[in-house]
Amino acid sequence: MRMMGLKSIVLAAGLALAGVGHAAPQVPASPAATPAAATASTTQATAPADAKPAAAAPTDPMLAMDGAPAMLPTPGVGMPVAGEYGLQPQVTKNGETALRFHNYILLPVITVISLFVLALLMWVMFRYRKSANPVPSKTSHNTFIEIVWTGVPVIILALIAAPSIGLLSAQFKPAPANAVTLKAIGNQWYWSYQYPDNGGFEITANMLKEPGEGQPGERTRTDADGPKLLATDNRVVLPVGVPIRLLTTSVDVIHSWSIPAFWIKLDAVPGRVNETSFTIEKEGVYYGVCSELCGARHGYMPITVEAVKPEVFAAWVKAKGGTMPGAGPATGKPAVAAPAQPVAVETNTNTTGPVENATSAAPATNQAVAAGNAGQ
Amino acid sequence: MTDTALHPSAFDAHHHDDHAHHDADHKPAFFQRWFMSTNHKDIGTLYLIFAIFAGIVGGAISGLMRLELAHPGIQYLGAWASFVHQSPQSLDESLHFWNVLITAHGLIMVFFMVMPAMIGGFGNWFVPLMIGAPDMAFPRMNNISFWLLIPSMILLFSSPFFGGAGNGWTLYAPLSTYGEPGPSTDMAILALHLAGASSILGAINFITTIFNMRAPGMTLHKMPLFVWSVLVTAFLLLLALPVLAAAITMLLTDRNFHTTFFDPAGGGDPILYQHLFWFFGHPEVYIMILPGFGMVSQVISTFSKKPVFGYLGMAYAMVAIGVVGFVVWAHHMFTTGLSVDVKMYFTAATMVIAVPTGIKIFSWIATMWGGSLSFKTPMMWAIGFIFMFTVGGVTGVVLANGGVDDNMQDTYYVVAHFHYVLSLGAVFSLFSGFYYWFPKMSGRMMNEALGQVHFWVFFIGVNILFFPMHFLGLQAMQRRVPDYTPALEHWNTIASYGYAIMGLSMLVFFINLFWSLFAGPKAGDSPWGDGATTLEWTLSSPPPYHQFETLPRID
Repeated sequence: MRMMGLKSIVLAAGLALAGVGHAAPQVPASPAATPAAATASTTQATAPADAKPAAAAPTDPMLAMDGAPAMLPTPGVGMPVAGEYGLQPQVTKNGETALRFHNYILLPVITVISLFVLALLMWVMFRYRKSANPVPSKTSHNTFIEIVWTGVPVIILALIAAPSIGLLSAQFKPAPANAVTLKAIGNQWYWSYQYPDNGGFEITANMLKEPGEGQPGERTRTDADGPKLLATDNRVVLPVGVPIRLLTTSVDVIHSWSIPAFWIKLDAVPGRVNETSFTIEKEGVYYGVCSELCGARHGYMPITVEAVKPEVFAAWVKAKGGTMPGAGPATGKPAVAAPAQPVAVETNTNTTGPVENATSAAPATNQAVAAGNAGQ
Repeated sequence: MTDTALHPSAFDAHHHDDHAHHDADHKPAFFQRWFMSTNHKDIGTLYLIFAIFAGIVGGAISGLMRLELAHPGIQYLGAWASFVHQSPQSLDESLHFWNVLITAHGLIMVFFMVMPAMIGGFGNWFVPLMIGAPDMAFPRMNNISFWLLIPSMILLFSSPFFGGAGNGWTLYAPLSTYGEPGPSTDMAILALHLAGASSILGAINFITTIFNMRAPGMTLHKMPLFVWSVLVTAFLLLLALPVLAAAITMLLTDRNFHTTFFDPAGGGDPILYQHLFWFFGHPEVYIMILPGFGMVSQVISTFSKKPVFGYLGMAYAMVAIGVVGFVVWAHHMFTTGLSVDVKMYFTAATMVIAVPTGIKIFSWIATMWGGSLSFKTPMMWAIGFIFMFTVGGVTGVVLANGGVDDNMQDTYYVVAHFHYVLSLGAVFSLFSGFYYWFPKMSGRMMNEALGQVHFWVFFIGVNILFFPMHFLGLQAMQRRVPDYTPALEHWNTIASYGYAIMGLSMLVFFINLFWSLFAGPKAGDSPWGDGATTLEWTLSSPPPYHQFETLPRID
């Protein structure tokens, strides 16, 4: 199958790195992530101009992303917890708002309503059982009580609707111009990512198989990578404290990109680019899953986001051969530069501002912006 | 709520002392009676048998699913897939087989279990009886409504052997178009066409019957609430199913004739399919629950020995639910990239539905209030229905919030929600109606003790099965996967135990059913006592083959 070939290439790249724990090894200029729909600016794990030489920095987190994980996941954060029954802790502002809305308004209201109905039923069953009330009343109307049980729910719903509408408008606040754009592209069955504001380089994220599964020598999951079925070989790296503009689309069927800890879920629809935005407030590793049935391996295309300090992100971008907008030609780097080229030269016209560049990378994105999905 | 005064006549069927011996009870020979039937009661019986069979298959499939999901990892899927296809299956083929299972479970339960049981089964049996009509308006059309379901079921049940349709019951494009070659998805689509045509014919029949064949004096505002519920449901079917037919016809032409309705490469749009599907799909969920509302109203009234509280409010609440049900469909699509205005509208509109639903819940409780309650098996199911439907309903209010739904969409929270309103709502009402009307249909009582055991074990089982799914959903376990990260094992294992308990209770039900059919004590005309005031209880149990040859007159 198409993706098997791709996957073996990707995984083979990491084979020497398996089992290293979080020691953050280096990828020595191997074709770590060659996307199927490749742009020319394919990732080469190169040392940036101001970073240490490639092979000499095994513990440098900014250089480690194509190998074993640089950042350890925090237990209980950004992933399901055994036996837990509530929502995952949130690390975005809108996520915290929504979490409070759910935990302090919705959940108490629905619990009280359910218990109220249960109590009424129990009382009625007890008080009006045949032995206690042998002669039934003939009452079948009471206009006042009917108005009450129509009106009170209306008031409750209106009280719920107000913060709900407020949450929606906060979620649809467009990302500012200085936002970092992440474009997530769904494929059967893996995600590929582009950073259009950062030179348009692309990474591919496949689920890590368990030790003992897969090809001999294939890099497999370690606990440092994250939980089973959630850890990917390459992580999406994003800066904390900086608004992220998320674009999603798909090259085959509908997928859905979601990170529960961000309160983000956005379908990746072929022929459209959907847009939303969020700001991660805490460093960490956050896991999500494809959330729209997309075929056989729907359950096996997880999402792993590593949120790092902006300077670490900048270094990572440079390591991927990308550029930081506004960083000037000295640190800009052509996407097709040779590996280990220490001096970057501004030759790539693709590194324009974030807004113009946002939807230009994929061919089938024509209707998305016009359809009102963008800028909401 | 209605009194009857039948004209005395030689053919007066309700005098049970002579009903078995004259023309009104003359039955045709076996083949003619069951294969060429024009009798609403026989067709209703066929529908019920069909629904029970489909329910066994659909329920068994969910048992396979719970078995696989009891622990993380893929344990049985490969063996099952290899068994069905009689050849070793790869991992991907096994995973595809999982999608075939979930698709089959959904389609069977919706189209072959709940709908045939509620509308075809109880609707056919009791709408004519309750309005004092001799039969349905179009008896032969009634027959073809049922028999269209047989080829439909054959198509769907045989599709797994041709690769299997693994698109989910929603058949989202493009997974169902260029995402899945082979004949299976075409077979599933054609099965839906046939089932849809069957339902449209049935809906026409019910609307005509209810509008034109009510006995003298049976005004619309005197109709039993079950008849009201079937009337509203029939309108929903009539308006919603043609949209489904259009949508899946476009799927067929996209699949086979190179149209691109849903393919962006040719100017189409996958989201268009979702709009069309859910324009049908949301009314469909009310199609599955409204007749249940009607049945529960009859049962609560009977066992409280009181007329239904707020009859007009109850009837028009169902009308309101039906109307508003048509303008809330996109709350199934909150993560597809809708604009902020659209999400705000569908959030607000969806919440509105909670108001008429609340009216119904409180009116049922008010019906019991002041009554003289006896807790026979049908009443237990009806009370269980009220509480379980409330629990399913309030999580619907949570999901209605477009901004909150971003987290819950496509997780087990949604699975928990719709199983509380369907598997604990619609199914509870079906059992309530079945225990309530079984004496009327068969002439024999069901065993009360076994019925109570069935209720309590089922009640405990389904709550252990479905309540933990809320937790799984809040912890972000996505739907439609055979495997999950090990942290989610705790609640999944508990849910699977719940299924086993539920399955045990179904054994009790079937033992009770067969024992009662052949050896149950004979039922009188009105075994539930004075509380049962609707017309079917004025007839013998079972009713004569042709009833109301002289129309009853309602004062």
